[in-house]
Amino acid sequence: MEIVRSHVHRNISTNDAVNTLPLYRSAPPLEVRLEDFELYAMDRLRVLKGISDGLSRGKKPEEMEQLVVNLLKAHMRHQQASEVVNKDMISHFVLRLVYCRTEDLRKWFLSMETSLFRYRFRRENAEAQRAIMAEFDLPYKAVSHVEFESVKDKLEQVARSIGQPLPDKDTIFYKVPFEEVPELVAGRKVFINQGYAYVGMNQVVSLVATLFRSQLSKALTLTNRKWTSTIREQEKDRLTPIVEALCSSYLGPDYSQPREYAQISLKDIDQVAKSSFPLCMRHLFEKLREDHHLKHGGRMQLGLFLKGVGLNLDDALAFWRHEFSHKVGLERFEKEYAYSIRHNYGKEGKRTDYSPYSCQKIISSTPGVGDHHGCPYRHFSEENLRAAINRMGVNGRTLEDVMDKVRNRHYQLACTLTFEAIHGKQCDAGINHPNQYFSDSQKILKPKPQDPSATS
Amino acid sequence: MTKQELQNENDDMLIDGQEPEAPGQKQGSHDPGEFNPDHLKLFYGKLFPCADFFRWMSYGNDGKHPGCDPSYISRREFSFTLDNDIFLRFQSFHSAVELENSIREKCPFKIDIGPVYSVEPTKRHAYAQSGDNVFAPVERELIFDIDMTDYDDVRYCCTGADVCLDCWPLMTIAIKVIDTALRDDFGFKHILWVYSGRRGVHCWVCDGKARRLTNEQRAAIADYFRVYKGNENSHKKVSLTGLALHPFLVRAYTEVLKDFFEKGLLISQDLLSTEERYEMILELIPDAAIASELRGRWQDNRRSSSAKEDINVVRWEQLKHLLSKNKALGLRRCVEEIVFSFTYPRLDMEVSKHMNHLLKAPFCVHPKTGRICVPIDPNHCEQFNPTTVPTLSQLLEELNERGPRDDLDDEWTGTSLEGAVSLFRTSFLQPLLKACKEEIESSYGAKLQQSKNSFSW
Repeated sequence: MEIVRSHVHRNISTNDAVNTLPLYRSAPPLEVRLEDFELYAMDRLRVLKGISDGLSRGKKPEEMEQLVVNLLKAHMRHQQASEVVNKDMISHFVLRLVYCRTEDLRKWFLSMETSLFRYRFRRENAEAQRAIMAEFDLPYKAVSHVEFESVKDKLEQVARSIGQPLPDKDTIFYKVPFEEVPELVAGRKVFINQGYAYVGMNQVVSLVATLFRSQLSKALTLTNRKWTSTIREQEKDRLTPIVEALCSSYLGPDYSQPREYAQISLKDIDQVAKSSFPLCMRHLFEKLREDHHLKHGGRMQLGLFLKGVGLNLDDALAFWRHEFSHKVGLERFEKEYAYSIRHNYGKEGKRTDYSPYSCQKIISSTPGVGDHHGCPYRHFSEENLRAAINRMGVNGRTLEDVMDKVRNRHYQLACTLTFEAIHGKQCDAGINHPNQYFSDSQKILKPKPQDPSATS
Repeated sequence: MTKQELQNENDDMLIDGQEPEAPGQKQGSHDPGEFNPDHLKLFYGKLFPCADFFRWMSYGNDGKHPGCDPSYISRREFSFTLDNDIFLRFQSFHSAVELENSIREKCPFKIDIGPVYSVEPTKRHAYAQSGDNVFAPVERELIFDIDMTDYDDVRYCCTGADVCLDCWPLMTIAIKVIDTALRDDFGFKHILWVYSGRRGVHCWVCDGKARRLTNEQRAAIADYFRVYKGNENSHKKVSLTGLALHPFLVRAYTEVLKDFFEKGLLISQDLLSTEERYEMILELIPDAAIASELRGRWQDNRRSSSAKEDINVVRWEQLKHLLSKNKALGLRRCVEEIVFSFTYPRLDMEVSKHMNHLLKAPFCVHPKTGRICVPIDPNHCEQFNPTTVPTLSQLLEELNERGPRDDLDDEWTGTSLEGAVSLFRTSFLQPLLKACKEEIESSYGAKLQQSKNSFSW
C-alpha cells in the first residue's frame, strides 16, 4: 500500500476477488491519500467499537448480525461503489498498524475483527461460504451418507437441544477433530464421538472464525515487529502521529496505573464503599466483612479494583490481613494470602502489573459455588438483585427500569441507571469499568476545583 | 501455543485451593493418631512408588530409542510443600535417583505436579516472558478436581471435610459420568482416577493429545461438562432448556444419574422427608400451583404409616406424576433438573482450564487424614470405599508385622498398598507407556522420512 498526498490520481484497483468478504491476507497494491488513511481507519474503528458495545450488552447472535449490517451501512459505504472493497481493505490494514503495538491492543483488535468477520460470514450464501472455506484450506471431508445414517438420531438430538432445524439427508456435516472447534464443544452444540465433532454447515462459521483469528493473530505479531523496527521511525513525521492518535481516542483508560495519591484511606473505606463502589464491588466488600474470607475469584476482582482506586500495597495488605486474620489467623494469612496480594501489585513472580477487570470481563466470568464475584446484574437472581439495589437506595420506578434493563441483558446500562439514581446526575458515557464508576462517583461527591490528573 | 495464550491475564500462581478450616484449629495441626510427620521418612524410604512415578512422568522418554527426549523429564515442574507450610516451587530432576533422593531428603508433606515447560524450571530466570525465548508450559495432562465440599448444599449427612458412605456415591457418579465421556466422546484412553485423600477425587488424562491441549481447548472441555451454574446468590442452578437434551446429558441421566438418585441419594439423604428438605426441591419447580399442591399433601401427610415404602420414594413418585401431567414448556425438564441439581458432577473449572495449575501427585499421604492417595478403578468405582483406604500408620504397622520379604518383591508387597500399586501399573501405567513408546517411534520414523524426502529434488 502506498500512501500519497492528495491531488494525486488514484489507481483503480484490479480486484479479482469474487467474494465481497476479504480475508486480508496481504496488503492491497493501492495508493491511498493521506486523509483517507485516517478517515477510513476512523470509520472502521466506529464499526469495531459498535461491535464491542453490542457484545458487552450481551446481544444475541441474530442481533449482532443485524448490528453489524447497520454499522457497515452507516460507516463503510463509499460514493463510488468500486471503492467500498478498497475502503474495507485499507481501513483494516491501517488499524493493524494502530493495534499491533501492545498485548492489550492486539487482543481487543483481534476479538473485534474476528467478530466482524464472523457475522459477515454468516450473511454470505452457501456458495460463498464454501469458497471461503476452500481459501482456508479446510481439509475436512464431508460425512458420508452411511456414517450419517449411523449417527442421525444423535445429530437430531443435538439439533433439537440447540433449537436448530433437524438435519436431513441433504444436510452436509463435517467430521472435525474436537480441538478445532472449542466454542462448539464448550456450548455442547455438536455431537462428539471418539474425539471427532460432527459440525453442521451452519456451524462452520465457528471453524472459519477460529482460522481467521489465528491468521490475523500471526499477522499482528509480524506487523508489530515491522512497526517497532522500521515503520515507526521512518514515518515519524507522517503516519506515526496519526497512528498513535487513532488508538488513544477510542480506548478508555485501563486504570492499571494507580494514582499518585491514594484515593481512599483505610479509615474511610466503609463509608466510601457505601457511597462510591459499584454493586459488584460493594457485594464483595460486604461479604468480605461478613465472612472474613473471599474465594480466589472474589479476591482478584476486589483486590485489583482497590489497587486501581489507589489503595497502595501496604494499605491493601493491612486491609486484607485485618479481615482474613479473623478466619485463618495471622500466620496463615502471611503464608497463604499475602503472596498473592503482592503478586497482584507486581511484586512477586513474573512481576506483571495486573489491570483491574473491566465490566466486560466481569460480566463474562463464571462464579460457582461459594463465589461472590461476577456481575450481580447478570449473576444474581431477580429477587436477590432487587433487594441489593434497594439497599443501595434505588426504589420505585427507577428500580423497575433497572430490572427491565437486566431482563433485556443490558447489564452495564442497568448499572449506569443505578449510578444515575444514586448520584442524581447523568452518566452519558455509560459505565464500562468499575473503577470508572468509582472515580465518576467521587468526582460528583467530592469535586476538586483544580484536579491535576483528571481523567476523561 | 500462541504468545497471546501465554500472557494470560489470569496466569497467577494457582494451586488446588486450600480453604480455611473451622476456627480454632491450630496451624499445621494433624490428628496424631493418623498422621505422624516422622513416619513420612519411612514412607518415602520404603513405600512411595518412586520408580513407577518417575516412569509415568517420563512418558517413555527415559528409554534408549533415538527418538526419546532426555530433557523431557527435567522440564517437568514438581513442587514440594514442607512442614511449616514452606512451599518449594519449580523443582525439577534429571533422573529417577535425583527425584528419589530429593523426596527422601526433604520429606514433603505434599508433592504437586506442574506442567512440562519449554525449558528446565530451575533455569527459568534466564528466559524472557515474551519474544522468542520463552519460559512457558508446553505439555500438561488434562486434569479434573472434584471436591465434596462443592456439594454441601445437597448432602445432609456430613458437612465440610467429612465424607461417609452416604454421600460418597456423589463421587462415584462423577467418576462414571466424566470417565465415560472422556473415553467415548473425546476418545481419550489413558485416564487415571485418584482418591484425593480426604473428600474428593482427581482425574489425570495422560494421552499425548490431552497433554498438548491449549488452555482454550481445556476450557472448552470443562465447559462441555458444566451444567451446574451459580451459587447462593442465584436461584436456579441447573437449567436444561431446549426441546431435547444433548446426547451426553441424556446418557449421563439414563445410565447414571437417574438410578443413583432414585435408588440411592433420595433415600440415604432423606431428601423429601422433612419440610426443610422438601422445600429445597419444591423451590426448583417453576409452577407455584404444582408446588403448593405437593406441599399441601406432604404437610398433612407426615407419617404415612400404612405405606411400607420409604417416604422419600412415595413423595418422589407423587412429584413425578404431577409434573408428567403438565406439558408446559417450563416444566418439561423439571424432573431432570432436580435430579441433575442433586447428582450431576460439579467440577472446579479453574483447575482444568490452565496448564500451569498444580495438582497433588498420586500416592501422597494426606496430612489431615493420613490416608494414601490411591488410584480408583473407574470400572469398579462403585466398590471404592474412602473409609477403608489404607493410612500411613496402618501401612507402617503392616510393614512391621510382615517381616522379611523376597529381595525381588517390591517393598510394599504384603501390605495394603500392594493392590493400589498393582492397579496403577496394570490398568494405567503399562498401557500408557506402551502407547508412548509407539508414539515416539512412529514420530521419529516420520521425521526421518521427512528429512529423506527433503533431499530428493
